Formats: sequence, structure tokens, C-alpha cells
Amino acid sequence: MKRLFFLFLMTLSLAAHAGLKVFATVPEWGALTREIGGKHADVFTATGGLQDPHHVEARPSLIARARNADLVISTGAELEVGWLPIILRNSGNPRVQPGQPGNFEAARTVRMLEVPTRLDRADGDVHAGGNPHIQNDPRNILKVGEALTARMAQLDAANAAEYQANFKNFTERWKAAIVKWEASAAPLRGMHVVTQHKAFPYLYDWLGIIEVATLEPKPGVEPAVSYLAQVMADVATQKPRMVIRAAWNSPQPAEWFSEHAHIPAVVLPFTVGGSDQAKDLFSFFDATLAQLLRANK
Amino acid sequence: MHRASLSMLAACGVLASLPAQAADNDLKALREEIAQMRQAYEQRINALEARLIKAESKTDNADNAQTVAQQTAVQQNSDQQNTVQQAAAPTQSNSFNPEMSMILQGSYNNLKQDPNAYQITGFVPTLGEVSPGARGFSLGESELVLSANIDPNWRGTAILALAPEGGVEMENAYFESLGLGNGFSVKGGRFFSSIGYLNQQHSHAWDFADAPLAYKAFLGNQLGDDGVQVRWLAPTDLFLEFGAEVGRGRTFPGADNNKNGVSQGAVFAHLGGDVGISNAWRVGLSWLGSSPKDRSFDDTDSTGATASNSFSGKSRMWIADGVWKWSPNGNSTVHNFKLQGEYFKRREDGTLASSACGACAADYNSDQSGWYVQGAYQFMPHWRVGLRHDALKSGTVAIGLVNSGMLGFADFPQLAAHDPKRNTAMLDYSPSEFTRFRLQFARDDSGIGATDNQLFLQYIFSLGAHGAHAF
Repeated sequence: MKRLFFLFLMTLSLAAHAGLKVFATVPEWGALTREIGGKHADVFTATGGLQDPHHVEARPSLIARARNADLVISTGAELEVGWLPIILRNSGNPRVQPGQPGNFEAARTVRMLEVPTRLDRADGDVHAGGNPHIQNDPRNILKVGEALTARMAQLDAANAAEYQANFKNFTERWKAAIVKWEASAAPLRGMHVVTQHKAFPYLYDWLGIIEVATLEPKPGVEPAVSYLAQVMADVATQKPRMVIRAAWNSPQPAEWFSEHAHIPAVVLPFTVGGSDQAKDLFSFFDATLAQLLRANK
Repeated sequence: MHRASLSMLAACGVLASLPAQAADNDLKALREEIAQMRQAYEQRINALEARLIKAESKTDNADNAQTVAQQTAVQQNSDQQNTVQQAAAPTQSNSFNPEMSMILQGSYNNLKQDPNAYQITGFVPTLGEVSPGARGFSLGESELVLSANIDPNWRGTAILALAPEGGVEMENAYFESLGLGNGFSVKGGRFFSSIGYLNQQHSHAWDFADAPLAYKAFLGNQLGDDGVQVRWLAPTDLFLEFGAEVGRGRTFPGADNNKNGVSQGAVFAHLGGDVGISNAWRVGLSWLGSSPKDRSFDDTDSTGATASNSFSGKSRMWIADGVWKWSPNGNSTVHNFKLQGEYFKRREDGTLASSACGACAADYNSDQSGWYVQGAYQFMPHWRVGLRHDALKSGTVAIGLVNSGMLGFADFPQLAAHDPKRNTAMLDYSPSEFTRFRLQFARDDSGIGATDNQLFLQYIFSLGAHGAHAF
């Protein structure tokens, strides 16, 4: 009986320590952690693909999940500044506090775009570290993945080899996919577009798409109809091919622009789960490109 | 360009610190090196400028061209300059300054009744600032918030309330642990108690311009004691938190007893979770106990003279609270809805002394309750409407001085049986996360026989560091 009890305790403690409990703030890092961690990573994703990552409630459920996490992976660059600090402080979990190995910020591993040269709230919702929507360039996914693999291997040495093997496998498939995506996206190079919110600079940087205007007068500020009309007049000579918004942007501005400028409105998934097709990292980029190519016909 | 001059400066610094007897040859070599560096950078800058002009001519949009040029510049230089940047990185002594923010609040108030005569009839006055504020234009409390991590284990926060009439009140000043492990957290100093739902939130985060009547009547607006708090979060996926606080009973329902030990304490439990991705909820149960000694309030006795009454005894209160938030797919940008309500029940047991009959004193006990429920709905980006209903029950109040015939009910007009009610509607517009304008109308029956129509036009601005808000 006693032996059975010990066996039970051992399996319990094994179950508790096998692998990593990961808290991902946004779906793309949750998906990436699953690719690297495989069966050893128990991943919780705090937000959905249709959620505005700037405005997230510090829900009680998130605090409960952060309490038991071994690793919190966030985008950083102030994207989660409005809610993650509260979650971490209330979690009572020392492992995932900023500065600890259990706290990983993806934006630290990539080259940031749109780093503001001046910091003033008169410029709207700007981020001092640069535009935080880094996941829309697949090359960034690799950079983040490399650093994340190293971090996961550090935190869970027992499964380090497996994490590295999983990432190696992912890298091969990902690189092949990038070649395929770049080939299919060739017609998009140099295309002029209008964007509702500055959510896609990394996508445009990757594909050579030129953003001629944004519908928001300043990041995070909702445009008035008069402003939309002004933007339409300003960019008329540049002949934008489409107006693009993220799934979580309010639909009206892009629809108004599409209707009045007679160009298609495109809703991009923005992240994994941002549309029905975007089920994982691969299909997320498949869906993004499919949308752009369809509107460009 | 900046980088270049910075590295020049750094180099000059090195030069200046060289011992005077350094060989001329070395100096010469250094100068030459710097000249070469300058030349190299100038060439690079010229090339970049040429590219910039090219880029500008390509697109009409000047902003666009600049970003492109900047990006190329960063790309071009990042590799070569990495080492230079590191060497020249300024070590400023103010880099460790705390996060700082300032909340500016003010309003235009139109009040039918005189706010100076405001009272919540039937309830012992709390001596808190519960009146609806001055008539006409008035500045609200400005809040200065300073916070920073102290070291790897602790975080400190100070919130100074600058009163419009002058003077600074230390609203909050506390330290808190940054994860003690096993779900434990500790907080100490002066902080808003975690009892109830709204108590912990600062007034600028409220959905209405003023506190619910229950908070005004039972807590003097908000409970912020000096003391220590310990919380424990259960290791479950469902949010389950327990906590306890002890303090000195600095404010209502305490009376700042001149006493060692603990004069006020609270325990609370919170439970929360999600229903699908669109719904989140939290419920709580709290108990607050206080033993005030000579907690005094002024009233007008039957002769019209001011009488001073004081209560000593026990004050025991239960609070049940709940909040539910909805947003489609969890995306609160376009539409969201928040429903919250709290129920208070208080029993006070002790003696009440009055100056209306000399220093006579007799038993006093009361059983009182109150509740509110409110909802706020964002019907389009940046715009919300809200409704709130407040009700208090003065319940049973037994005053020994009255029962024994020494004094009459007319000697305690503020404790006259009355069930205050209030209905409130609000509309607010928040063009950005840092700005809010609010229009609020309330019909307030707090005072007996004096229904007040209150109109508030309020602004709330927050400057500086981006704050994070609790659920």
C-alpha cells in the first residue's frame, strides 16, 4: 500500500515537472511554442486571434494561469503594457517576473521598424521600442524561434535536445515555405496600399509593399469621415490597389474607404486564429497571401 | 549622424583623459584615425542622403520616404555600428527614475441642493469627502503616481493626491512583493483595501464620476488603511484568491484609536474565470471588522444647537461583490459591456455618547445594508453609456439614549430612519486611452426630504507612463 502511494506521488510529481508550462500573451507565440515544445510544452494562450492586442483585460483567469507558468512569452515593445504587468504582479510567481529566465520578450530578438525618433503622445499610441507587430514577417518568426528554443532548453534541460530537434525540423519546413510564399507574392512587390492601423509594416517590409497612407490619423485614433475623405483625395494619384485592416480593427473606416475609393477592402488575419483559415503559423501566412493575391487580381 | 558625433565625443573624452606626457605620435595616430572615421561617416551619410532624395522623388508621400530611408539607414549601419553604439551608450544617472504619471481631473457641477449640506440620512457620517463637490467649475483631485521596482524582489508605489484647495495627501504609499513564490504576495504601507470590487480602483478608473452610495455610507468613499496585506493564489486554473489585511483603523469605520496592536482587519476571497472567450467574471466575499473608540460626528440636537456624538464599540461588515465583462471574441475595441454589483451589510454594537445631555452614554446598535448595480456599454469605439442604481436601507438603529428617554429622536436628525436611493446615467467619450470626457446625471435621494438633481461634466486626463488597469 505504502509503495503504491509513493508510486502515485512520484507519477504526480513527474507529471507536474515534465516539460514546461508556457503562458503566451498572443496566439503567434503560443503556436510557435507548440512547434518547438511539441508534447513537452503545455501552452496557454491568453488572447484570441480576433482580439485587439492593445486592449486586453487583465482577466482573473489569466492571473490564475500565470501563477503556475514556467515561462511567460510576450511580444514586448510595450504591446502588453496595459495588462501584462498587472497579471505578473498578481500572480505571486517569481519565475516569470521581468528579468527572470522565465520571462521572454520576442521583440528583443528582431530588428524593429518604425522606431520613433521622438516620443510624444501627440503622435498617438506610439511604442518607444518601435512597431510591435513583428509576427507578420516570417523571417522574424525564425529569429524569435531560435532565441525561444535556447530559452526553453535552458529552463527545461531534460528536454533540451528535443526542443532543438523540433526547431530544426520547423526551420527546414519554414524556410521552404518562405521560398514558396516569396515566389507567389512576387506580383505584390511595389504595390501601393492603404492601411487602417499601422499593423503590417513588417509584412510590407518583407513583400516590398508600399503603404501610401493609413486611415487612422494617429495610431489608435479612430478616423472621422472627413479625415477619410481627405486621405482618399491625398492618395488618389498614387492609385492604391486595396485598403487593408486587421481582423480586430473596427470595420467601418476600411469599408467606407473601399466603397468610396472603389478598391477592395481586405481583412488580414494578423495572427494565428485571425481567420478561419489561419489555424497555425503556416496557414496564417498562406491565408494572408491568399487574401492579398485575390484582391490584387 | 548623431551616432558619429557621439562616438567622436567619446573619443575626445578618451583623449582628454590621456596623461599629458602621452607620446605625440600616439595622439597623431588617434587624430588620423578619427579623421578617417569622420570621412567614412560623411561618405556614408552623403550616400544615404542621395538615396533619400531618390526615394523622395519616387513617392510623393514624404513621410513614407523618410521611414524607408530611416529603415535603410538602420539596416546599413546597424552591423558596423553595433560596437560603436555600445561604447558610446550614455550612462545617465536618471535612467533609474521611477515611472511617473499624473492624473488631471476636473468638472462642472450643477447641483440643485447645497452640497455643503449634503448628508446620507439614516447613516452615521463617515467624515470622508462624500459630498458631490462644489457647484460650478471645480478642479478635482490631481494624482501624482510614482512607481518602480525597488530591487528584484520588491516594487514600490506612491500616489499623492493634490487637493485643489492646496495641500498634499498621501493617498497610497506601499511596497509589494514581486512574487514570493507558491502564489503568495505581500503588501505593506498605505494602500486601498482589497475588500469589495470597486474599493481597490482609483477614482479615475471608475465608470461613474462618483462612488456608489454604499461606498460613501459604509466606507467614507474608499477604505485606505495603514497596514499589511497577505494574499495567496490557489494553484488552480480557476482564479481563486484568499487574502487578509490588518491595520490601524485610520479612517472610517475605524477611528484612529491611540492603541497598540491591530484595530481593523479584513479577510476576503475572490473567485473568477471565463465563459468562452467573450465572457469573464469575478465574484468576491469580504469581511471587515473594526473596533473604533470615540468615533465622533456632529449633529444638530432638538434645540438647534450642535451636539457632538461619539461611538465606541465594534463595527462588522460583509461585502458580496460580482463583476461580469463581455466583449465579442474578447475584442473590447468596438463593443463591450460591463456589469457590476455589490451588497453591503453592517452591524455596529457599542455605546453612543452625546454632548446634548452632558457626557451621557448608553447602548447603541445598528443593522444596516446597501447595494448598487451598474452597467456600462460601449456602443461604438470610444463611446460608452452607463446606468447605475443605488439603494441603502437604514434598517434598525437602537439608540439607548433615546430608548431610556434621556434624549429624543429629534436629537439625532442624521440618524432618522430613511432609505436613500439614487439613479444615475452617464455618457462618456474617450478619444484615446489617456483622455476621457463624461456627462453624468443623477437623481439623488440621499438626504431626507431633499431630492437632489446632479449634473456633472467631467474630464480625466492621464499624463506620462502608461498605466495598467486591474480587471
